[in-house]
Amino acid sequence: MLNDLKSAVRPALVLTLLFAALLGIAYPLALTGAGQLLFPAEANGSLIRDGERVIGSELIGQTFSGDRYFHGRPSAAGAGGYDAAASAGSNLGPASQALADRVKADVATLSETTPGRPVPPDLVTTSASGLDPHIGPEAAFYQVARVAGARGLPESTVRGLVDAAVERPAFGFLGEPRVNVLRLNRSLDARPAAR
Amino acid sequence: MTVSGWALILLFVALTALLAKPMGLWLFALYEGRSTPLHRLLGPVERIFYRLAGIDPAEEQGWRRYALHMLLFNLVLLLFTYAVLRLQGVLPGNPQGFGAVGADGAFNAAVSFTTNTNWQWFAGETTMSNLSQMLGLTIHNFLSAATGIAVAFALFRGFARREIKTIGNFWADTTRVTLYLLLPLCIAYALFMIASGVPQTLAGSVDATTLEGVKQTIALGPVASQEAIKMLGTNGGGFFNANSAHPFENPTALTNFVQMLSIFAIGVGLTWCFGKAVGDTRQGWAILSAMGLLFVAGVAVTYWQEAAGNPILHQLGAAGGNMEGKEVRFGIAASALFSVVTTAASCGAVNAMHDSFTALGGLVPLFNMQLGEVVVGGVGAGIYGFLLFAILAVFVAGLMVGRTPEYVGKKIEAREVKLAVLAIAILPLVILGFTAIASVLPAGLAGPLNKGPHGFTEILYAFTSSAGNNGSAFAGLSAGTPFYNALLGIAMWLGRFFVIVPALAIAGSLAAKRHTPATSGSFPTTGGLWVGLLVGVILILGGLTFLPSLALGPVADHLAVTGGQLF
Repeated sequence: MLNDLKSAVRPALVLTLLFAALLGIAYPLALTGAGQLLFPAEANGSLIRDGERVIGSELIGQTFSGDRYFHGRPSAAGAGGYDAAASAGSNLGPASQALADRVKADVATLSETTPGRPVPPDLVTTSASGLDPHIGPEAAFYQVARVAGARGLPESTVRGLVDAAVERPAFGFLGEPRVNVLRLNRSLDARPAAR
Repeated sequence: MTVSGWALILLFVALTALLAKPMGLWLFALYEGRSTPLHRLLGPVERIFYRLAGIDPAEEQGWRRYALHMLLFNLVLLLFTYAVLRLQGVLPGNPQGFGAVGADGAFNAAVSFTTNTNWQWFAGETTMSNLSQMLGLTIHNFLSAATGIAVAFALFRGFARREIKTIGNFWADTTRVTLYLLLPLCIAYALFMIASGVPQTLAGSVDATTLEGVKQTIALGPVASQEAIKMLGTNGGGFFNANSAHPFENPTALTNFVQMLSIFAIGVGLTWCFGKAVGDTRQGWAILSAMGLLFVAGVAVTYWQEAAGNPILHQLGAAGGNMEGKEVRFGIAASALFSVVTTAASCGAVNAMHDSFTALGGLVPLFNMQLGEVVVGGVGAGIYGFLLFAILAVFVAGLMVGRTPEYVGKKIEAREVKLAVLAIAILPLVILGFTAIASVLPAGLAGPLNKGPHGFTEILYAFTSSAGNNGSAFAGLSAGTPFYNALLGIAMWLGRFFVIVPALAIAGSLAAKRHTPATSGSFPTTGGLWVGLLVGVILILGGLTFLPSLALGPVADHLAVTGGQLF
């Protein structure tokens, strides 16, 4: 038994170092090189720029609180939400008082600005990552009146922008219908000022 | 539930079944030590590794030697990662300037990644430097997976060999699996992930100014290279805290689908490889069928519950399925499916927060792990765990008809049954014992985020996940404390190696036996009766022990929700 163990020392030590070099250094570095060469935009985080300024990432949600923008989902990432350096879900269970209180408050706020319509569930639930870039089409249409009002645009114009922003499931079943909130808000800003 | 949701699930099941044979053929070549098309390219690397390490790949090892070499290698790897994490502050590749990981945290993480668990008490983006992720963690994603497949190969040889005392060479099995299977697949896979939007850069983060003029720091890193092996090796340790729910780890519905397939790919291939190794591929299909039944049942329950949603939120005016802790791009169906895949398979990656699932929707992932993750299971670990149950199943069948049990040409006798029971008993012992300890000590009770039965479920889930080497979490639990880091670390070690060593002992014992040809009196181990018996034995022997704990946790939680009781 001791001999068995002794004979394993050299292979264990040497293979650890060799595999560390191959799998821990060479493999990720080679892929970094290949990724930067072949898919530079994606490999660096699918960033959206406005001239020099980085506005965000196409894949990462950000906070929108003003009436002039469509809002994303509530977020549990970081203290203020949408902290892209601290992804997190709420982890509240189904019978959680804290969850019920939060949803109740959010439903009340939404019903105040948009009375008389059922609240889309994704607008009052936090995502798993806290960085969900999407909302469902329902949740986008729900906000059309508020955004149009704040911008002084006809509702039909804003609804048209939402229509154009809806992404459908690939092949009819892969993925869910969704709207990228940052992209939709950019399309709003890209319109010439109204009035 | 929707038609498109079920279409997704059925397509997934069909594609998984289609993967079994091609993947199995490739695995079988490595099992036999035969040449593959990749040997021309990577053969020199393999030979240099052997020469430098002083390994003779043709040297046959008995089970004790095989087990000791496996253990020592894993111990050295563990110490290596412990050192990398403790020295993080002074090592390069640390653009965020993180300090050293604490002693208890580094111990837990090193055990976690060595044992293929990838339980993460930490949030990757705020704890681990790029070098720690690459050198300290990614390396285990490969080698713990390779270790699992090596052990499975050894057990296959136990069944396949006749009157031989040896079960293969651990170093050769591990090296071949890593070089000719995991590494090439991961290179292609990672490139696909990068093209889909998964970052692969040495930068730590980038600062953005949002449309509303707020600063947003976006964490980046070499994500894709870790992501590929995280799924293929059923490791599940995410680069970021939110794991495969993070848009940078899993940006689209397509990457999500591929991730689920890749969790199962090697596991289903191993069932076919087993059948081929024992000379009857129907044996492999029978195993896969039993796995498939348990899997589809689990998916149906979780999908049904999550689509039905949370009645408490319905009353508050938020109708529809349960979207708390889920991403819009995946929706209910793909989140439910992912949760069952990842816990059936000992992966532990998550694309939704299991902690926020409905009570019964979250019960299924928990129960999957308590069954020993034998529904496809972790790479290698799933099939050797399943074969332990198969040994018990033929034993039970033998008791019923009153003859010596046989399985794939080997007599199953007292020694094998004892060892199989030993390996299976470790799981309830560790899970229930440690959960009980944590549920009464103040240090344990400080952990849960949620109150009431759901808080107990968070503790139960943590020890189930760690002893089962899964790594997913009811993540509300604050597990980054010395108490949890130590206890969960021990649970992971026991759950891994106290199953592997008995499995190797069985391999050695079986390999030495004569081949017993099947006769008209043998119990057939391929038909529907056998599949039903397997499912029954797994549910009764594997599951029954845990029912009281489930009653205290998710079932009580469910009753509270239906009764409108909040905590």
